[in-house]
Amino acid sequence: MSNSEDHDHDHDHTAPPPELELRVKALESLLVEKGLVNPETLNEIIDTYEHRVGPRNGAQVVAKAWTNAKFRQSLLADATDAVASLGFMGRQGEHLKVVENSASVHNLVVCTLCSCYPWTVLGLPPAWYKSAPYRSRAVSEPRAVLAEFGTQLADTTRVQVWDSTAELRYLVLPQRPAGTEGWSEAQLAALVTRNAMIGVEVVNPPETNEASR
Amino acid sequence: MIGAHDLGGKQGFGRVLPVRKPDTSASDRHEPLFHAEWERRAFALTLATGMLGQWNIDESRHARESQDPQRYLDNSYYETWLVGLQKLLHAKGLLEPEELESLPFAASVDISTSLSTLRHNGPVIEPPSPAKANELLAKGGPTRLPDSRQPKYAVGTAVQVLPMTHVGHTRAPQYVHDAKGIIHAINGVHIYPDANAHRRDEDAVVGEILYTVSFARVALFPSHALQASVKECNEDRIFVDLWEPYLIHD
Repeated sequence: MSNSEDHDHDHDHTAPPPELELRVKALESLLVEKGLVNPETLNEIIDTYEHRVGPRNGAQVVAKAWTNAKFRQSLLADATDAVASLGFMGRQGEHLKVVENSASVHNLVVCTLCSCYPWTVLGLPPAWYKSAPYRSRAVSEPRAVLAEFGTQLADTTRVQVWDSTAELRYLVLPQRPAGTEGWSEAQLAALVTRNAMIGVEVVNPPETNEASR
Repeated sequence: MIGAHDLGGKQGFGRVLPVRKPDTSASDRHEPLFHAEWERRAFALTLATGMLGQWNIDESRHARESQDPQRYLDNSYYETWLVGLQKLLHAKGLLEPEELESLPFAASVDISTSLSTLRHNGPVIEPPSPAKANELLAKGGPTRLPDSRQPKYAVGTAVQVLPMTHVGHTRAPQYVHDAKGIIHAINGVHIYPDANAHRRDEDAVVGEILYTVSFARVALFPSHALQASVKECNEDRIFVDLWEPYLIHD
């Protein structure tokens, strides 16, 4: 658990009220009793999204695009197909688009109307992505939002914000950081963060050796 | 409808992240996907009952969004999912009103605003097994339709967004109503949410051309640029996915 110093406030502020526990429990019992829900299926769904589908999928996609020019091309042309070739497909990833960062363009993804997010490559969204501050401000003041994540862009870099209002799901292809020449896909994938694939951060160069400081 | 869910460009919600020490990285900090067991269950119940095929994703979104705006903003994320689910179970006749009323805190869900009074009279519903559920999740629910009709607007065309202020469901966010933009991409024919959220069993699926439209951020939010503590750039663009009926020639 976090200590008070770095306690995260990006979860919902209300403590879980016991009434919600009771409401969900009662509803689940009723649906199971009526034969509308299989309780084992509930456990399976939770397990899938808590342990099997997540941002490591997306990191693998990014690392492959950085090392394989042909894959990068097919990813930018038809992300759904290219990502499916790595075995990632399904719900909330039916129609994928990959938007590529460069020295002159930085991409950022939001869903102002709800919480649309590319589940197949990033899993379920973090709490801040679903929050009113992010959904309201990402389109009106994207650079101020980026600054909160410690991301400073050059004035000459154009920010492009993608509001996921339809069933297209967006994944940001970040810039490959300097100092990673000759790295393997697995080494590169370990550098790629979820936040960089949403576009609120960039992928930082590998940490400088402590001893060399 | 312009509900409380339509948050793009609204002001006063404060910071996304708390102020933190400059040397601590915000990246991927340990952050649980669920904050309590009831959230896990509400999430899974929503997905599992969705697999019964009694409603579509647009009905599901509309059920969450057509809440009292004050309540929508007060609810936590999964509480809104729970409200939506209870409304759908009622609207589709899977749970009787008495059954819903017997649940604790039933009064917190206003089922009187439910979109439909359709009763479920179909064959016996079989809930999916864990293996079947995984199969359905891996398959997903594509919304692109096999329809080769010609788009009305070519890439590069100047368009204006209509004010989509009808009381039903829409995916045209308020901040682009009346705004002028440029067609950036044509994405084929996709199921049209404004019709799909209100589709009756006997209605055919309606598809419309889906465009990605590019807007100048400064044109959408001119005053924000003046007030922000960080200097926003006039070159920044906002891309929004919009269906053909939302658009007219500029």
